[in-house]
Amino acid sequence: MTLRYDTRSRVSTYTQSWVSNADPDFGAYESIGTITVGSGGLSSVGFSGIPQTYKHLQLRIMDRNPSGEYISLRMTFNGDSSAVYTSHELYGSGAAAGGTGTIDLTYLTPFLIAPASATGVFGVGICDILDYTNTNKFKTMRSLTGYDANGSGYVELASGVWRDTTAVSSFTIVPNAGTMGQYSQFALYGIKG
Amino acid sequence: MAVSAYEVISTQTLGSAAATVTLSSISQTYTDLVLIVNGVINSGESGIFCQVGNGSVDTGTNYSTTYILGDGSNAVSGRETSATNTFLGRIQADPYNSTSIIHYMNYANTTTYKTFLGKGSDATYAIQQVGLWRSTSAINTIKLSLVSTFTFSAGTTFTLYGIKAA
Repeated sequence: MTLRYDTRSRVSTYTQSWVSNADPDFGAYESIGTITVGSGGLSSVGFSGIPQTYKHLQLRIMDRNPSGEYISLRMTFNGDSSAVYTSHELYGSGAAAGGTGTIDLTYLTPFLIAPASATGVFGVGICDILDYTNTNKFKTMRSLTGYDANGSGYVELASGVWRDTTAVSSFTIVPNAGTMGQYSQFALYGIKG
Repeated sequence: MAVSAYEVISTQTLGSAAATVTLSSISQTYTDLVLIVNGVINSGESGIFCQVGNGSVDTGTNYSTTYILGDGSNAVSGRETSATNTFLGRIQADPYNSTSIIHYMNYANTTTYKTFLGKGSDATYAIQQVGLWRSTSAINTIKLSLVSTFTFSAGTTFTLYGIKAA
């Protein structure tokens, strides 16, 4: 599923707020769109037509793999799946801390999600995509993610770079295995500068 | 033009030392909650112990935490299971003012267990945690406490924000 930003829907939101509240709050942090996974699960989610009017993006997610082990989610920008991504992670397994880094990936890995064996448990994550409209910089993301399943789980701090100066107008997320299960949610926000 | 999706729900500044701080009757209209704790405690250092619930906090052994922390020399990871709270963030005694940010993800849903992300730092450690409450109940009450007889000092602030998805 790819959620495309529709300017008209935002005007509608504005109007509703104006009617119901005398003093609408036009803050610096705005919801762009949300994808909630239905009963069939999804093999990918994405956002396209992302407004270029913010300074940063923040993606907040919860997710689980309904049919296998814990997995990571892979993110690509603007449909670019060439080997121009670099990723670094600092993680804790509950028993040991470790770190890893990989260059020339075809994706970034901002999120860990919970396995099927962890009934009721969802992995969560918060990913910031910084200065995403700047056409003079490579694009950098950072994330805090993890899941705890009362005896197993991981917590992880990740960073990554897309070695491209193009403004980010879309991104796609796919699991490295399995699917994204029912009730998983992906909420994208824009932060003004 | 969109409306703000990040709103202050409540702000509390302690007028005197307190062993516990409870945030109750939390609005159910947001997607996530973010709690920022800034201040000091009366002695030593502590994780911020968190119990949650609906109407009252759950004091059962339904919490767990996985963490990673660094002390400037080493990084270690650990876990607590079937505990009576999850510890999120970090706080230390005066003069080491500390800040912790705790995210309560999808706190109002009644379908999934609730997962939390915490990060905190003081003069000794930087720490990140993922916490779990094994309940599908919506959260409208949060109770914070500390190790042993420690207390949050006067002047410590607790600011709760709501984030609302479209």
